[in-house]
Amino acid sequence: MANFNLKINGETQQLEVDPTTPMLWVLRDHLKLVGTKYGCGVAQCGACTIHLGDTAVRSCQLPISAVGDQEITTIEGLSENGDHPVQQAWIEEDVYQCGYCQAGQIMNASAFLKSNPNPTDAEIETAMNGNICRCGTYTRIKKAIKKAATSENA
Amino acid sequence: MTLVKTSYNRRSFLKSSALAGGGMMLGFSWLASCKPSPEQLKSIPKEWFDINGFLKIADNGMVTIMSPNPEIGQNVKTAMPMIIAEELDIDWDDVTVEQAPLNTEIFTRQLAGGSQSIRHGWEALRMAGATARQMLIMAAATAWQVPASEITTKAGVITHEGSKNTAGYGEMASAAAAVDVPEEVPLKDAADFTIIGTDRKNVDGPKIVTGQPMFGLDIQEEGMLTAMIIHPPAFGMAYKSMDAEAVKAMPGIKDVFPIDVYPEGVEKQWSDGGGIAKLVAVVGESTWQCMQAKKALTVEWEVTSELQSSADHDEALTKLLNTKPKQAAREDGNVAKAFKNAAQVIERTYSAPFLAHNTMEPMNFFAHVTADEAKLRGPIQTPEFLEKTLVSVLDMPLEKIDIMMTRMGGGFGRRLYGHFGVEAAVISKKMQAPIKLVYTREDDMTQGTYRPSYKVRYKAGLDEKGSLIAWQVRGVGTNDDLVFENRFPAGAVDNYLAEKQLLETNVTTGAWRAPRSNFIAGAEQAFMDEVAELAKKDPIEFRLELFDRAINNPVGDPETNDYDPKRYAGVLKLVKEKADWTNGKKGNTARGVASYYCHNSYVAQVLDLTMDGDTPKIEKVWCAVDCGIVINPLSARNQIEGGIIDGIGHATYSQLTFKDGKPEQENFDTYNLIRNGQAPKEIETFFVDNGIDPTGLGEPSLPPVIGALANALYKSTGQRYYHQPFISERQVVG
Ligand code: FES
Ligand code: FES
Repeated sequence: MANFNLKINGETQQLEVDPTTPMLWVLRDHLKLVGTKYGCGVAQCGACTIHLGDTAVRSCQLPISAVGDQEITTIEGLSENGDHPVQQAWIEEDVYQCGYCQAGQIMNASAFLKSNPNPTDAEIETAMNGNICRCGTYTRIKKAIKKAATSENA
Repeated sequence: MTLVKTSYNRRSFLKSSALAGGGMMLGFSWLASCKPSPEQLKSIPKEWFDINGFLKIADNGMVTIMSPNPEIGQNVKTAMPMIIAEELDIDWDDVTVEQAPLNTEIFTRQLAGGSQSIRHGWEALRMAGATARQMLIMAAATAWQVPASEITTKAGVITHEGSKNTAGYGEMASAAAAVDVPEEVPLKDAADFTIIGTDRKNVDGPKIVTGQPMFGLDIQEEGMLTAMIIHPPAFGMAYKSMDAEAVKAMPGIKDVFPIDVYPEGVEKQWSDGGGIAKLVAVVGESTWQCMQAKKALTVEWEVTSELQSSADHDEALTKLLNTKPKQAAREDGNVAKAFKNAAQVIERTYSAPFLAHNTMEPMNFFAHVTADEAKLRGPIQTPEFLEKTLVSVLDMPLEKIDIMMTRMGGGFGRRLYGHFGVEAAVISKKMQAPIKLVYTREDDMTQGTYRPSYKVRYKAGLDEKGSLIAWQVRGVGTNDDLVFENRFPAGAVDNYLAEKQLLETNVTTGAWRAPRSNFIAGAEQAFMDEVAELAKKDPIEFRLELFDRAINNPVGDPETNDYDPKRYAGVLKLVKEKADWTNGKKGNTARGVASYYCHNSYVAQVLDLTMDGDTPKIEKVWCAVDCGIVINPLSARNQIEGGIIDGIGHATYSQLTFKDGKPEQENFDTYNLIRNGQAPKEIETFFVDNGIDPTGLGEPSLPPVIGALANALYKSTGQRYYHQPFISERQVVG
């Protein structure tokens, strides 16, 4: 057990936990931020994607001890009113089916668009290839990302 | 307008009003997850009136509609309330949707499976809305002293022209709740629909994009512990013993013990299918701690039946495929004679592996069992059957067991088999505490109720003119005999023989999105393509000729899952036109076509692809669908797109194989699922507009696309693809 001070969604959180615990379970079990999802635990599905600073990372692979003072953003903190351009585009395209993978998709897409505001179709596919959607909403995900890119540049 | 008798619902309506204690209920849950805006604050209702079990109306005109069926991503939670709202005649913006609790007295068939939610719910849902509307009208008639027949409604407003009286639904809700349920109610004509047939966004969309807790795995309760299971590592093995002392002392671990999920003498339901009688439970404070404990624990298992490998299944299926069954499933004419007289004969064999369901949300369930009652909550497609099993396992009366359904992170058939709910209850009972049972991905993938592995052999005979004179199909599968003997082309060919047999295995198998159809459609449609080629005919024309013949020789009754050749031909003609079959192929793309009928709906697809080395790039899929009336085209298209991507993905990349009873794939590093870059660039869906009552949508687009893909692959590579997965090497992912 060790003590940690984390900066999550703009707030400081203090907790005592086994330092090997992946951020995925810190968020879900200890901080009750359950928007970040468990899908595989082995870096294959992207359901657990969060932002570490501006970078999308897989929280199932990130032990709490490796976070240090880097800022963490989860789906709950992506925007104050759920109106981030990517969230809005997701609603406009009615992307989701079961919805389970979508927090991870949105977190990955939003970090990606920040680093590449005008992506080509091929770049979108490469960037999103690590996020599995078992329901098969891939065509809508691509459309929504393009829509968000246009709206952010407008 | 059609008048319908409400009789079959009267008893349950009355009961629900009685349950609600005089027809009034308070409910502010629609506000629970968002901060109300000033406009919303103004409109916060003070009272809710329970009109019937399906809906309640507030004094300010807001309506809460209960969505009766489990939501697995098929979006019934939007579509079913749309049907009620239509007949209630209310503005969709005034509707809030809630998931109904399990209550089979009010809601019939609370089950997600077979793409039947809308088909079976259609009448009851319409009636629920129409009955409430009629009761509001009757309340207004009494209040205004005018005949009910002169009263009209529109978008939540009741009007009597003659007396110039008007009132919102909210104003009449209190009186309406006390009105006797009418004997007969009018239903709208389809031409007057204002909600059905229009694009409506998923009611849970805002919650999904902000990560609100909705799924079973998200459940958190005061004092709740996390539980995990360890199941036998191989099919054919069972629990023997363990030494858990050291693991019990690990940080956060509360207990480790074997559980009898299904003790001797317990009355099981069909839904307990893949449930294992004895497992090991690990209970602790957090998920991570339980995961560590699971890894540290050594359990002894013993072999109780044969440990089978994929090679064994393959050999046994081939042997069975080469054995003539004693009895034909269907036989018309004389195939043997026809093959002898045929100018050309062709025979081909197709196969497919086991598949895991791999819902994105692994199996899980919350349970709190005390001496007096059992409260369960979680993702399940068959809550009613889980409840029945629990009566026996917990030895508790039905009324003491309460099951709530959560939104499900995918189903695909996996959550029809609710043994995990039973496991959660048994663990909670032992711990005397609320617990949430969580499967790891590995638990989920390796203790499945899998799509069976299959083999099928087709044989066709053509005369000199290239006409089909004989067709034979023989199918075999693990625990499943595969063939639908009355489906196309039965009825379209004079000499027809269908044979089927199953191979028993100890690997648990069950329904997987579009059972059987998910393999046999692709095989049949790929074979059809080869037969058409042999006949030197265009593949669409070849099929249309067969449908023409079947029109004169119908096979059974469409209601019993036999096909209607006119509707079948209809989708094929529609997709032919939309994809511009004859001239629309661009550049170096290759094109394939297929059509299929299952779950009471008809689908035809044209698929264009190019090859990038060994990998197909799907440029576009055109899809024509006849599922009768489409409730919500926006989400209906989503279902069709999902089915297409699912079908292409599994046929191209996925398989589950066994070595000595042990699944060889345990997680997504070895089990390939289709990814973003492998999905079609574009999918365009066209619905046939025919006003027929709605039928299934969740499954029918999956089966045929495998045939369309195989046929396009052939056009591109010159090779026929007989064995799934078509491309099995590991795909590099980002
Ligand atoms: S749960 Fe982290 S990548 Fe799948
Ligand atoms: S929407 Fe279900 S897994 Fe993506």
